[in-house]
Amino acid sequence: MKTDDMIEKELAQARLYQNRRQFLSRLSIGIGSAALGSLLIPDLFSGSGTKEELLSRLPHFAPKAKRVIYLFQSGGVSQLESFDPKPKLREMMGQDLPESIRGGQRLTGMTAGQANFPLVGSYYDFAQYGKSGAWVSAVFPHMAKIVDDLCIIRSLHTDAINHDPAITFFQTGAQQGNRPSMGAWLSYGLGSENQNLPAFCVLVSKGKGNGQGVYAKLWTNGFLDSVHQGVQFMGGPDPVLYLGNPAGTDKVSRRAMLDKLAELNLLQFDAFGDPEIAAKVQQYEMAYRMQTSVPEVTDLSKEPDHIVKLYGPDCLVPGTYAANCLLARKLSENGVRFVQLYHQGWDQHDNLPGQMALQAKDVDQASAALVTDLKQRGLLDETLVVWGGEFGRTNYCQGRLEHNNYGRDHHPRCFSVWMAGGGVKPGIVYGETDEFGYNIVKNPVHVHDFHATMLYQLGLDHEKLTYRHLGRRYRLTDVAGAVVNDILA
Amino acid sequence: MKFSFSPKWLILLAVCLFVTITSGYFFTKRSETGGGAMPLPPIVDYNFHIRPILSDKCFACHGPDKNTREAALRLDTKEGAYQALVETAGMHAIVPGHPDRSEAYRRIISEDESVRMPPVSSNLALTDYEVKLIERWIQQGAEYKPHWAFVPPEKIGIPNAHKSDWPINEIDHFVLAKMDMVGLAPNPEAEKHHLLRRLSLDLTGLPPTEEQLGRFLADKSVAAYEKIVDELLALPTYGERMAMHWLDVARYADSYGYQDDDIRTQWPWRDWVIHAFNQNMPYDRFVTWQLAGDMLPDATKEQLLASAFNRNHKITEEGGVIEEEYRVAYAIDKTNTFSKGILGITMECAQCHDHKYDPFSQKNYFELYAFFNNSLEKGLEGLVNSGPSKTPRLTLTQQDVAGILDFINKGDDTSAVSVSVMGERDEVRPTYILDRGVYDAPTERVYPGTPAAILAFDSTRYAPNRLGLATWAFSNENPLTARVLVNQLWAMVFGQGMVTTVADFGNQGALPSHPELLDWLAADFRDNGWDVKRLMKQFVMSATYRQSSRVTDKHLKADPENRYLARTRRLRLSAEAIRDLALASSGLLNPEIGGPSVKPYQPEGIWEVTSSGRGALTNYVQDHGGALYRRGMYVFIKLTVPPPNMLIFDASNRDMCEVARQRTNTPLQALVMLNDPVILEASRVLAAVLLKTSPRAKPRQHIERAFRRILSRPGSDQELALLDAYYTDELKRYTASPDAAQAFIAIGEAPQESTVPVVEQAALMAVMHALYNLEETITRT
Repeated sequence: MKTDDMIEKELAQARLYQNRRQFLSRLSIGIGSAALGSLLIPDLFSGSGTKEELLSRLPHFAPKAKRVIYLFQSGGVSQLESFDPKPKLREMMGQDLPESIRGGQRLTGMTAGQANFPLVGSYYDFAQYGKSGAWVSAVFPHMAKIVDDLCIIRSLHTDAINHDPAITFFQTGAQQGNRPSMGAWLSYGLGSENQNLPAFCVLVSKGKGNGQGVYAKLWTNGFLDSVHQGVQFMGGPDPVLYLGNPAGTDKVSRRAMLDKLAELNLLQFDAFGDPEIAAKVQQYEMAYRMQTSVPEVTDLSKEPDHIVKLYGPDCLVPGTYAANCLLARKLSENGVRFVQLYHQGWDQHDNLPGQMALQAKDVDQASAALVTDLKQRGLLDETLVVWGGEFGRTNYCQGRLEHNNYGRDHHPRCFSVWMAGGGVKPGIVYGETDEFGYNIVKNPVHVHDFHATMLYQLGLDHEKLTYRHLGRRYRLTDVAGAVVNDILA
Repeated sequence: MKFSFSPKWLILLAVCLFVTITSGYFFTKRSETGGGAMPLPPIVDYNFHIRPILSDKCFACHGPDKNTREAALRLDTKEGAYQALVETAGMHAIVPGHPDRSEAYRRIISEDESVRMPPVSSNLALTDYEVKLIERWIQQGAEYKPHWAFVPPEKIGIPNAHKSDWPINEIDHFVLAKMDMVGLAPNPEAEKHHLLRRLSLDLTGLPPTEEQLGRFLADKSVAAYEKIVDELLALPTYGERMAMHWLDVARYADSYGYQDDDIRTQWPWRDWVIHAFNQNMPYDRFVTWQLAGDMLPDATKEQLLASAFNRNHKITEEGGVIEEEYRVAYAIDKTNTFSKGILGITMECAQCHDHKYDPFSQKNYFELYAFFNNSLEKGLEGLVNSGPSKTPRLTLTQQDVAGILDFINKGDDTSAVSVSVMGERDEVRPTYILDRGVYDAPTERVYPGTPAAILAFDSTRYAPNRLGLATWAFSNENPLTARVLVNQLWAMVFGQGMVTTVADFGNQGALPSHPELLDWLAADFRDNGWDVKRLMKQFVMSATYRQSSRVTDKHLKADPENRYLARTRRLRLSAEAIRDLALASSGLLNPEIGGPSVKPYQPEGIWEVTSSGRGALTNYVQDHGGALYRRGMYVFIKLTVPPPNMLIFDASNRDMCEVARQRTNTPLQALVMLNDPVILEASRVLAAVLLKTSPRAKPRQHIERAFRRILSRPGSDQELALLDAYYTDELKRYTASPDAAQAFIAIGEAPQESTVPVVEQAALMAVMHALYNLEETITRT
């Protein structure tokens, strides 16, 4: 907990940065040598930063985690083939879902017209693993080996039943509307740990299963300052858009150009006195530093063999999930506050047994490797890793139920995710669903609760991390959410 | 002109004068008002001092929302605050004249945390200064007043207190009076070349041509300024510039926005917007056609096309969605766009519950929503690949476009183009309040109406439909419509609104910096036929606008945010204007107006990696030739992946109605200017043009000319010397490494200038590139 003195000191420090003339006197010490607090320090030049605004984003509690790596499994992973085994469904294979269990749940347009809802059990067998004895399906042999590091939540639930609103809800706390993404909230709340990298980085990959696309609005800053927007890292030659110098130039000539620019800009500053001019010079310096720091951090070629072996051979193929997991570790290790991965292809409306195996093969080894790797580096304690999708899948078959083949529709009432590290209890399974895998019977965790818990681990009170926009204070958790204390170490 | 203020503002002025002089700020941030030494104003005003405090700190529990109201107490109305408390017998929250007997005040100052207000759990607290203001306000009689923005604007006398020849038009009298109050004086007029660049960027979004610059600088007549203003206002690029603002308001895009995000063709509507601004269509007609063009008697195709405004929102094509959920979402988007973009209020808060700060109930919300709930459209009409428009649609044939709709740019394409437009059901669809705003939770039936706090919807005067709503919005008694547009355009030209919260004129919005001026301009605009060009001309003709943008220490100390307009604010250009400037100054710009949006250079893979793999927009297929050099407003906007170089410069993502953009300064912006092919290609082409047209000129002469083209001013000796030296360095480097020179100039698809020597071209290109990267280049000075 911060004392009042500490808060006052931080406020004083923050105000110091906001004093433009102080800033300029720092600048005059020498261009390029002026060190700012952070690359993307919030609102540094926008002139905002009242006591209220600063207080809203100071750490409110002693944080357990410093950073988050979010392994988003886009499309809706089936809980029934991953972490929530339901033998009853195998027993009742082909029988209709009892109306008492469905309880008026609205259905998507894809199965609302079905004459019946035949229950279907998992194609894959489950077994218990580790000291905790957690059940994991056979498609995830690597994750099965690390269950003692995981906190598996079987009782997540959400409000939305279609991809776009559900994924938007998970990312921003609202189904519709241009609200900031959770990474943007953390960037706003905590700033960056590294002067030379963005606070919020985004990595996207595609699996072989049915994909639903992801959207840039998922990593939007919404109404927050655009410095909090997620920066997408790509697999191609330019890991960050527009990062690379043009052909025919190099680092030396770029440096020479920036020096000239700074001299010319300062002539303008002398003529007009606008502090924005000095700020611009600083941003060019930061861009220059990013041109060095980003290629360094994204260069996976120097990773030793045992690491490559741990993540699997795909980790050397840019743009794959495995490569993104390895890159996520490097970014996180270098102080990136929030690394957001998206892996597409989890929407198994049909051919689930075949597709899910392919999807699992893409992510299983690298997801487990990331946790193991962080742990061996002593970083797992301060890094919260999250794995899961936007909703679960129905316990009944969508379309025709065949021998060894079936599909599942979207299901919002329960699904499974896991968390690891970051002060979350390892080796536990939290929450319980009924024997049909349809309803939660114990310890439900709403998306808002999940967000509140995540923020809490980072030292932020979800009710205090607010931003005033269009006349009201907004939160990631909107007007709801409660910290799930049971899962905190 | 006589110095006379209406009584309405007189007291306000007195109190504001006091606050401004004592604090140096007209509007100090509330939470910063805790500074111990600040004296209280002699007269405490409800609108300017008290309502902001009560609204921010009290109304959430003691305000308009009856569902979250605690202890049955509301403090947003006089009746509520004065009446006997339900929970504390014999007590009243506020007793005019008696803070000590006012329970609200006693609770505010209580040492006992269990009774103190606001409660600790709210994370809100009043500063000492705020407490003292409330105390004095109660002492002085606790007078409540209607919210300033909900009283129709009237034209009041123009202040003329200052014996100065500075004012040119009415704006300046108001601005100067305010400057006098705070002890600031106007900056001198800007230099002529700065004025021309400013005018040209503000009115057309483009830098002036060399020809315009030469002519304007040479014209020493008194009328020179007005002449160039009229010339710029008459250019077709004026309509483009104004449309850029409206496309944000109307959340225009080239794709459907959800999930698979397939292509749609709303661009003929965009062409109409440009045309309407160029025709100087009065604002009332402009908006009426967009709100209800389809309902006008014998609606023309043009009027029908205008109604596409209400179909620009995102439309789902996701399989499996529940139709009604999305049909409702579309009506909600229309309601929110109307209230935010045209009325400047945040009605969307009342979608789920009564508004917590403004006098809008959830019932009010759904009464407004009812106007938009009778459309013929469907929640889900078809899945991906089902076509670029949705029912009801307007099909525009070659014949249409040859006639009165000749502003639609179909190019050589002879096939018909269809646009999603509005159409009304014959039988009225009943509207219900939706509990928590959820589509499947209807409660009480409601009928079309508008909030009484703004202006009750008089059904004897207005039809209960969109057309009636448009008439209501432009009635003389409507307090918001004129003020809101004047403020939006003011923000565009002066850098920030007189009401800084451009989208929120409600209780939580900022108070106007120049209330009398805003009202005067709003009334003047309304009374002069909603003439937009006239308003824009008033702005730019003013002495206020013509000031130099030099910032002094005094400015930074007394008015860092430039609320008092004692200088012109330097403004970073919009994303579109930055692109346009590079294209125009290099000679690459393709001035074609309208037509289907274009796909210029874009980093590889960014559509592909996020795409579902379905629909026409899975892969980014870049255009070639002239399409590469169209203005920024024609760059294709795929909603789920908007153009990254535009977003980096704060362009709207067009997800929903946006009335004012942010203006940030980030390292990613530096990377775009340094490495985006469009900037590099402009540098290359400009270097080649200079070398080709004057092969014998010295490098310094080329640089001088580039200054005029890019910055519209002569370079100083020092600047020219610096860049000349840079040229020499680069020439040396490229002479030593001709391959690098060849590689550098290879950028872009514009034809290479084979007659120009490679090494010199590369060196001069490096200098041009440096010029494009100056802070001043992308700033309106």
